Amino acid sequence: MNISHSDKQQLIVIGNGMVGHHLVEQLVERGATEAYRIIVFGEERHLAYDRVHLSEYFAGRDAESLALCASDYYAEHGIELRLSEAVTGIDRDNGEVVTDKGRYAYDRLVLATGSYPFVPPIPGNDRPNCLVYRTLEDLDAIRAAAEKATTGVVVGGGLLGLEAANALRGLNLDTAVVEFAPRLMPMQVDSEGGELLREKIESLGVQVLTERATQRIEDGGASFHRMVFQDDKVLETDLIVFSAGIRPRDELARECGLEMGERGGVVIDDHCLTSDPAILAVGEVALWNNSIFGLVGPGYQMAKAAAYTLTQGELTFRGADMSTKLKLLGVDVGSIGDAHGDRSPGARMFRYLDQIKQEYRKLVVSSDGKKLLGAMLVGDNSYYDTLMQYYSNGLELPEDPASLILPSTEGAPALGADALPETATICSCHNVTKGDVCASIDAGCTDLGAVKLETKASTGCGGCAALLKSVVDHELESRGVEVDKSICEHFAYTRQELYGIVRVEGIKTFSELIEKHGSSQTQGLGCDICKPAVASILASCFNEPITDASHIPLQDTNDTFMANMQKNGTYSVVPRVPGGEITPDKLIALGEVAKKYQLYTKITGGQRVDLFGAQLHDLPDIWQELIDAGFETGHAYGKATRTVKSCVGSTWCRYGVQDSVGMALHIENRYKGLRSPHKLKFAVSGCTRECAEAQSKDVGVIATENGWNLYVCGNGGMRPRHAELFATDLDDETLIKYIDRFLMFYIRTADRLQRTSVWRENLDGGLDYLKDVIIHDSLGIGEELESQMQEVVDRYECEWANALKDPAKLKRFRSYVNDDRPDPNIIVTEERGQLRPA
Amino acid sequence: MSTATVLKTETEADVSWQTLCIKSDLVAFSGVAAWIETAEGPAQVALFYLPGHETELYAVDHHDPFANANVIARGIVGDLKGQPVVASPIYKQHFRLKDGVCLEDESVQLRTWPVRFEGDQVMIAIEAL
Ligand code: SRM
Ligand SMILES: Cc1cc2nc3c(=O)[nH]c(=O)nc-3n(C[C@H](O)[C@H](O)[C@H](O)COP(=O)(O)OP(=O)(O)OC[C@H]3O[C@@H](n4cnc5c(N)ncnc54)[C@H](O)[C@@H]3O)c2cc1C
Ligand code: SF4
Ligand code: FES
Repeated sequence: MNISHSDKQQLIVIGNGMVGHHLVEQLVERGATEAYRIIVFGEERHLAYDRVHLSEYFAGRDAESLALCASDYYAEHGIELRLSEAVTGIDRDNGEVVTDKGRYAYDRLVLATGSYPFVPPIPGNDRPNCLVYRTLEDLDAIRAAAEKATTGVVVGGGLLGLEAANALRGLNLDTAVVEFAPRLMPMQVDSEGGELLREKIESLGVQVLTERATQRIEDGGASFHRMVFQDDKVLETDLIVFSAGIRPRDELARECGLEMGERGGVVIDDHCLTSDPAILAVGEVALWNNSIFGLVGPGYQMAKAAAYTLTQGELTFRGADMSTKLKLLGVDVGSIGDAHGDRSPGARMFRYLDQIKQEYRKLVVSSDGKKLLGAMLVGDNSYYDTLMQYYSNGLELPEDPASLILPSTEGAPALGADALPETATICSCHNVTKGDVCASIDAGCTDLGAVKLETKASTGCGGCAALLKSVVDHELESRGVEVDKSICEHFAYTRQELYGIVRVEGIKTFSELIEKHGSSQTQGLGCDICKPAVASILASCFNEPITDASHIPLQDTNDTFMANMQKNGTYSVVPRVPGGEITPDKLIALGEVAKKYQLYTKITGGQRVDLFGAQLHDLPDIWQELIDAGFETGHAYGKATRTVKSCVGSTWCRYGVQDSVGMALHIENRYKGLRSPHKLKFAVSGCTRECAEAQSKDVGVIATENGWNLYVCGNGGMRPRHAELFATDLDDETLIKYIDRFLMFYIRTADRLQRTSVWRENLDGGLDYLKDVIIHDSLGIGEELESQMQEVVDRYECEWANALKDPAKLKRFRSYVNDDRPDPNIIVTEERGQLRPA
Repeated sequence: MSTATVLKTETEADVSWQTLCIKSDLVAFSGVAAWIETAEGPAQVALFYLPGHETELYAVDHHDPFANANVIARGIVGDLKGQPVVASPIYKQHFRLKDGVCLEDESVQLRTWPVRFEGDQVMIAIEAL
């Protein structure tokens, strides 16, 4: 057969892999089907599929769902796709390609044949059950072999090798990785990083053998194969997967005399042209500037350049970045630019290693410390996006570059979406810049999905998803477009809006709220996001016992059982000790209860005592005894008032100027049982020495000669924040009035799980605005806030006392409804004279 | 009020229906735990009761494979993408009540048992010993 058309030129693409397919898409986009009749040959029987996510085939995805386009895409655009038909030769003299089925003339030809897995020349490498990991068919073969196997070995500890190891593990094989180099992923990580990686991977039960060169593979004794290493050590296994690197599939090019690289690959220029200007090459078969690019992103960029070349466009391929971020066997690994620092003379390094959390990060910076040249991450890729922006946009590093990799309470440092220049690459797979994203929004995209469709950003490896979202959200917001802030799929409202609805309509149950205002798309059960949030709102407004039948299904387990769940399913019990003041009798009672129920006892950071290890069914008895001794519940389990820490104050202390314990008791007894978006902590100090650390609390009070200074919005914990001075020299009454208003205003306007510190930082108008609302009553809601607070205070009842009165509620505290056996899974051991989980 | 079963009927031939507890032991829109005897020995099940829903009763493993603690019955019940689920109270993974599959990691699955009401009794189908 020798087809040729007079009007159209004939364009042949060899290879229907990821890059070959991308080329076709680019050609279609550029209208190339007008000028060319296109024929695509694919050796595999499947339509081009997503090789990057190949492993998901084992997790249940099939060829169809991995396919890169709809099955009729080619036909629809008049492109002839010839699958299961490999090209066996190129006849340049006659301008023809040859297959088993015939000869086809070409005017232009593109090689997109990709690469093949390299199998080291080891005797025995061709035995049955010696396989590779590249195509769907390879995976079928592995799956079939694994059915009869119990053990598997991957030869090669690089990126793909570890991916293959994960797959074997997923097929329930006892898995080992054998690597020739002294460490795993030698391309991406250094010896420290490699060591961490090894530890992490071994802890998953995958055996790691480094510095092992396999000499031969022969019949095994216990298993199918025996691998013999250079030191005559042996390893037996049923199945072997080779993943020792890739080699370009350049045999066609070599045979027809195109210029080749020394170690293979078809040489191309910036236009993706080979030494024969009628022939182009793209993807992993192509060698540009002496490099093969084994990633899909650069391949896509070549495809785009080639499409331009074929349509007289002005776009060239100028090399591509090989930075990568991956999750291998659940372990984050990231590598940016010159990660080893060995390609940049004079470069300097910062390194951070945490052997407990198993994290490692390294920065390679220019000799003047201003530019990021490379970075390496093991264990936590949340640092990647920001570092990548510094690297790829040549942004000037902060004063102290180490801050970019040091752990911080705020998590990985983020470059705000607005700090990025228009030229910043957001998605390197599809080469989409921030400018492109903005342009798509200006052209009418109003949500993330539309931007993805329009720009293709985040549709390759997916590594840029978080960054893309933040840029899109930021850009939409700055254009005044509403960004969806619904708390979950059940309500198209924010927490603040739900609070308003509950207040205004006087709604008292979750079922009423979801019936009237929930999304109709769901089954109306709610979820673990909206249920506790609504429970908290209802409690802040009406303060009904959370154990009432209509509220109980809404609560987190801690609130349900009014105790804190521990890691083994037991609970801790924390009775309230207002202000930290406790009588000897009560102390003794605590001790007696702890002893009787064998509870581990610890003084908490909140000036009270925590009793750990109580089983569900013992909680009512424990609480009956505590209540008989005069205790109340301490709400250690709730997003609610926790403790009011106090110093001893003027009663005893020679410096004290006010009775700090008295005020602490007053405050704790007023606000106990108050539920809020997050927990509330208070403290009262008797003088400026501040022994109660009031300036680290949501509400802090410090005595002065003339009264009290009030501080608000402090936080200890994950991200400490000093409280800010809010008002000075207040008398008792004004102090309480301001705290009432402050707390209720917070409850009304904060997001779910937002501590006062974070709320304050997000409050438009800041502290001055807050003072206006609370002190100057600028919104005219001061009295309303006070009376709402008074209602909650008046409704207070110890939840445990309430539950103990009600046999129906107590039924809930059975470990099992049909048996009194204790949970056999709870095993304890003795340490320092107390019991703890074994 | 309707009765409901979770599993297909063809498995019912070689199972025995046993009384687990009575209706008033259940907590509406929440879970309770119970012991059963199975062919492989004693097991703990979490029973969820969704009155008024198409399927009112579900029984899944009480054991949380992520936390390795017996706590599933104490999780919050909800629906995600139209499917009833329970969220583990410890690390908050979601398990579909219908088939026990974990939404965050589909390779993890809780066992499930057919359950139904017979009058006031809560019955569970256990493979014959
Ligand atoms: C028991 C105690 C530690 C101790 O042995 O001292 C403790 C234990 C827990 N803390 Fe705490 N915190 C305890 C004092 C503190 C303090 C110190 C203080 O209050 O003066 C802080 C820093 C101050 C602050 O909150 O601003 C503190 C900051 C946290 C945080 C981080 C909060 C933050 O805003 O960053 C959490 C996590 C959270 O709430 O999301 C937390 C969460 C927890 C939880 C609830 C974690 C959990 O979900 O299991 C622990 C359960 C306690 C239990 O089972 O009973 N705990 N926790 C302390 C109990 C105090 C009490 O009597 O109620
Ligand atoms: C398991 C796995 C995970 C990966 N993960 C990532 C990742 O996370 N990120 C990343 O960037 N990259 C990843 N890659 C690499 C990525 O898949 C490749 O870079 C990309 O597929 C290269 O595209 P290509 O079109 O050049 O080659 P291929 O996709 O291999 O396509 C080449 C096609 O050409 C066909 N062919 C060859 N010779 C002929 C012939 N003579 N006639 C007809 N057809 C022929 C082949 O059968 C093949 O279908 C991964 C690869 C694998 C195997
Ligand atoms: S804060 Fe002042 S009054 Fe309180 S104990 Fe310390 S020194 Fe004494
Ligand atoms: S970087 Fe790979 S999809 Fe965007």
